Amino acid sequence: MPGLRAFIAVVLAALFAAGPALALEVKVGLLQIESAAPLPLSRLDLPPADLGLAGAALGQQDNQTTGGFLGIDYSLQTASVPPDQAQAAFDALRAEGIGIVVLMADAATLTTLADSAGPQVLLLNATARDEALRNADCRANVLHVAPSRAMLTDALVQFLMWKQWPKLLLIHGSHPEDVALAEAYRASAAKFGASIVEEREFADTGGARQADTGIALVQRQIPVFTQRAAAHDVVLAADEAEVFAAYLPYHTWDARPVVGSAGLRPVTWDAALEAWGAAQFQERFEKLAGRSMREADYQVWLALRVIGEAVTRSQSADPATLRAYALSDGFELAAFKGQKLTFRPWNGQLRQPILLSDGRMTVSVSPQDGYLHQVSPLDTLGTDAPETTCTAFGG
Amino acid sequence: MKPALILAALLLAAPPALANKVFVTNERGNSVTVLDSATWEVIATFPAGNRPRGITISPDGKELYVAASDDDTVRVFDPETYRELHTLPSGADPELFVLHPSGNPLYIANENDNLVTVVDVKTRQVLAEVPVGVEPEGMAIAPDGQMFVNTSETTNMAHFIDATSYQITDNVLVDQRPRYAQFTADGNKLYVSSEIGGTVSVIDLTAEKPVVTRKIGFAIPGVLPEWIQPVGVRITRDGSRVFVALGPANRVAVIDGATDAVIDYLLVGQRVWQLAFTPDEAFLISTSGNSNDVSIIDVQAQTVIRSVQVGEQPWGVVVAPD
Repeated sequence: MPGLRAFIAVVLAALFAAGPALALEVKVGLLQIESAAPLPLSRLDLPPADLGLAGAALGQQDNQTTGGFLGIDYSLQTASVPPDQAQAAFDALRAEGIGIVVLMADAATLTTLADSAGPQVLLLNATARDEALRNADCRANVLHVAPSRAMLTDALVQFLMWKQWPKLLLIHGSHPEDVALAEAYRASAAKFGASIVEEREFADTGGARQADTGIALVQRQIPVFTQRAAAHDVVLAADEAEVFAAYLPYHTWDARPVVGSAGLRPVTWDAALEAWGAAQFQERFEKLAGRSMREADYQVWLALRVIGEAVTRSQSADPATLRAYALSDGFELAAFKGQKLTFRPWNGQLRQPILLSDGRMTVSVSPQDGYLHQVSPLDTLGTDAPETTCTAFGG
Repeated sequence: MKPALILAALLLAAPPALANKVFVTNERGNSVTVLDSATWEVIATFPAGNRPRGITISPDGKELYVAASDDDTVRVFDPETYRELHTLPSGADPELFVLHPSGNPLYIANENDNLVTVVDVKTRQVLAEVPVGVEPEGMAIAPDGQMFVNTSETTNMAHFIDATSYQITDNVLVDQRPRYAQFTADGNKLYVSSEIGGTVSVIDLTAEKPVVTRKIGFAIPGVLPEWIQPVGVRITRDGSRVFVALGPANRVAVIDGATDAVIDYLLVGQRVWQLAFTPDEAFLISTSGNSNDVSIIDVQAQTVIRSVQVGEQPWGVVVAPD
């Protein structure tokens, strides 16, 4: 239909002629620090090459569409480097006049970059979950879009308490991140009144992700590993390194559900979510990326939308102004989770509901009904204002 | 006078109530429930395609339009026989639409492609596709038919579009996730509900440019602010009352149209979504998706008079004209 196409072109031209009230240029950087994470156990979980970057592409597109009506032009420059080149890549982005940078980086790299950047730069942490970044090691120029481990573990334990499954058999891995996750689960259990009846460590002895006929061995090892445990309602796996948790369901000695790093998992995004307009959002992403959306994609998209929303409302591209607006009462963001997302002004953490997914369905969403809070039910997830040890935000 | 005669006299004195058909889309039930507005009884249920949501009827009452979201089409039914007459091209995943006051064309929000699709309901041809913001949702048309409005949920704007040239004339920022827009009958004001923002923006249309003059907020004792999610909006013809469905707050807010102050909250079913008046504006019907019923509100008395069970997860509602 060439007539229609020409017509659309006319409308498009008219659209951009009608709108622009101000001319604003917003330069955003995305810095991905490549990590040597072990491969997941299931081939379905293998990371796509554009993990996170596809979310950035959609976020940039969404911001640009809105910006088109307002005369705001967004640009996104992406760099992906190993940890030892992080500073050089960051400085290169800065040299191009970029003052807003979304980071997909480990905690140590993030802190180093934040310290080198100063108050005229705004960093958005899209992936690091470390508790310390929101507490003792917090930095005034960093906003956290990624949830902390405590937010995720609180979300799961709230659900277990709602289900009246308070007795937990905790199995954690031997990697530092597994130990940190186990610690977060202990804190969540204490916070909401669950009890960890027994703990076991699954030591990573190395080796390949899969071997031919590996299944036979797993079927013999996991029941033995989990037998004679104290009476428990669920098996709680803390395995961020993805070494063993995927082996637990159906292989445990006792017939108990598995939660945590396998089975029912607390996540920021689930490709099965359809509620709250998520179905359309999933379809837009899938059309763009040719695959379903993962947590990292959602979190990077969210970081770009935080920037877009702060720019739209404050009509500014200045990083310090955007930071102040994001932390103000005026900031709110719709993000397909059924309620607005806002920032905790005491440590720069984005408040967000956490989904509980079994990989095929969104089973529940936390905070659970009945967990009340004087500010927001979302603040029942993670470190709250009275407990935080972060002082960089004037607390 | 004997009691029976008093009753008879009262009955005779009451104005004759016209029975109108009320059509309710059941999003999960894949059906449309038909109620009688005189008795509020269910008189029919018919299949309406996959995931029926938005619903409207032609001014002459001869064609019923249903957005069958999972079929990517608008299904057109005969409101008398409930037979499907034909379908209209809608683009992917149609949800809400609005009919020109003359009955033609139909303006459809097409969420996946960031477009508003304009369809001639007689020739069944696409007349135009207008690029708008991200995730277009709510659609409204000015009473004189000169201009229509689309709300985009992720861009958070109301886009004003000239109905002749299909050019966007103005873009107005509102709060998060604008769901629904409704003009007053005199065309002087536009109300836009923001589901996640929890507000209704009042846009003044009498000045040179449309401008948000007020944002109506809501507060209900015992209801978490997060659950106050404004969606459907209806305004009486005289502009004196504005009704807003508040989603999971399970309330319909009553607003004084002169001052734009909230004067009451009416308790209805769970997750109240869309609203429709009877033609005489004596009653307002609200759909409650999580309790599978509709609530009937007496507009003058501002009270809920009853609720009626319909199909699974009722979403949209329209009442046949007199």
